[in-house]
Amino acid sequence: MSTHKITTQKVNFKVFRFNADVDYLPYYEDYTMEVTSEEVVLDILNRIKWDLDGSFSYRRSCRHGICGACAIMLNGRATLACKESMNDMIELFGNDITLEPLSKKRAVKDMIIDKADFWQKHDAVSPYLISDIDEYPEQEHLVSPKQAEELDDADLCIQCGACHYACPVVEINDEFFGPAAFAKAYRFEADVRDEAGTDRLIEMHKEAQGVWDCVKCFECAEACPKDINPIGKITKLHLMLFREGVATSTVASRHAVGFKNSIAKHGVLDEGTLVLYSEGPAIVKHIPVALQMFRKGKIVLPWNMPKSDNLDEIQKLVKSSSTAKF
Amino acid sequence: MKKLKYALFTGCTAKQSTPEQMMSTLAVAKKLNIELIELTEASCCGASHLQDYDDFLSLVLNARNIAYAEKHGLTMVTICNTCQLNTAMTKHRLDNNAELKAKVNEKLAEVGLEYKGTSNVIHFLYAIIDDIGLDKIKEMVVTPLSQFNIAPFYGCHNIRPSELQNESHNSKENPYNPTSLDDLIIACGGMTVDYNEKNKCCGFHVELQAPKTGAILSGNAIAGAMDGNADWMVTPCPLCHLKLDTQTKHSSEAIGREVKLPILHMQQMLGLALGCPSDELGLKHHVSKVNFI
Repeated sequence: MSTHKITTQKVNFKVFRFNADVDYLPYYEDYTMEVTSEEVVLDILNRIKWDLDGSFSYRRSCRHGICGACAIMLNGRATLACKESMNDMIELFGNDITLEPLSKKRAVKDMIIDKADFWQKHDAVSPYLISDIDEYPEQEHLVSPKQAEELDDADLCIQCGACHYACPVVEINDEFFGPAAFAKAYRFEADVRDEAGTDRLIEMHKEAQGVWDCVKCFECAEACPKDINPIGKITKLHLMLFREGVATSTVASRHAVGFKNSIAKHGVLDEGTLVLYSEGPAIVKHIPVALQMFRKGKIVLPWNMPKSDNLDEIQKLVKSSSTAKF
Repeated sequence: MKKLKYALFTGCTAKQSTPEQMMSTLAVAKKLNIELIELTEASCCGASHLQDYDDFLSLVLNARNIAYAEKHGLTMVTICNTCQLNTAMTKHRLDNNAELKAKVNEKLAEVGLEYKGTSNVIHFLYAIIDDIGLDKIKEMVVTPLSQFNIAPFYGCHNIRPSELQNESHNSKENPYNPTSLDDLIIACGGMTVDYNEKNKCCGFHVELQAPKTGAILSGNAIAGAMDGNADWMVTPCPLCHLKLDTQTKHSSEAIGREVKLPILHMQQMLGLALGCPSDELGLKHHVSKVNFI
């Protein structure tokens, strides 16, 4: 007989409510419930609807962490409701829990949001295998386990939107593809059977929508309920852009390459030269800020540029370890 | 108090655009009886940008930096969130992939070095909190910051990805509700400001390629702190500091509201509370003037 004991504790829920058909502004409803140690967040959503207010709306389907329908925000944390235990959330946040939709500005009814932008961006990255397949092949197109490993679990994405709506750039730049679309693009770029190659990568390189606008905040990695680590895929797309010769000379690509140049010369980063190399003639726009910084002793002049000790070691390693080309 | 000793990885900005950060780190270390052995041989960590261009080179260079800390037999402390991330990420990858570690060591052998994986890599903020302790710091405070509302700004790379951070000292930090900096503010006698943007991105890493995005993010952060009635902000990251301190004009234009606050390094705040002379804390190096001293 199991000795596992089910416990309960009182939790105060503050729940986002909004019906686009009748409400001008959203509001919050408070509910207090005894929550058992066995419950997941989805159980709470169910109890609100079934026991407290039948008009409460949310998406749910599989209850097995695979359909991605029930993703919401819990105390600002993107959460797949059917996967997260309430006990863990109480341990993380205490007994005051706020439940909100993934994106408040896209709320349609309570927890339900309009995910049109998510799907449009998903579609925009050609999210399918592109290959000139022989209709009558003589043998299977085999993918070795090592080749499959290259996907790095990107194929496990359930398109719940947690990373997408956790991304601060998605929130302020309508063009930005967002982490889920990048993870999807990587899933096919890394597939040895795919032949889209540079065509898909070219989209990834474009200003405003592509990978260069990622702020590297790791919100997507933190939000993903499947541990796919979208920012890891974004980094791999960056590397592919250079490896496949797709990266053209832009502020962003020069900024990445400039680090290597600077390290090869000084060991440490030469901040001023890096900005000059990245911006080119457009550096003039930085002059007002640079002058302010100079007056405050925050700009090192070229002849005072520090260098790492044992610089010869660094230079030798840069020469022997680097294979990247630009 | 037992003398603590660490290998200090300064990063690049402490020697260039944030000299006050280097000064205040040394001043605070002296007060706290911490001996810092500067890793003068260290190279740039790549700041997450070299990693986009030449991943293997970034691994080799970061492994080399850690190898020097290992030669001293010391834990490496960092004073920049992004240095912390890139160094800790290198350590994580090499410690969990023997084949990759061997490849990196093959290169390091060319310069007579070896990465063993024996030195931990932690941010100075967590070294202070975990190795000295907040209670001890509280005892050492001579100038409590009791008249100030202080807004903590954590910076992404100290709190995310949490699984990586959990490998170093700060295993209790919750990226959605971080507390370390708030705890330090309270230990210094100050009052913390709770605001939505405290664990959000400052936008530093897209300042050149997507300036509008960067400006909105930093503008929102300062605005959040101002709305929380903050007298000033404090951050453990020099990159966040640069973005918040030097770009206020762009930030104000981007969000349509004038935003400006003094932005202090974590070490400067601690130094003020511990009674370090203000000239040792480099407060005159700020663009957004520190006008409360």
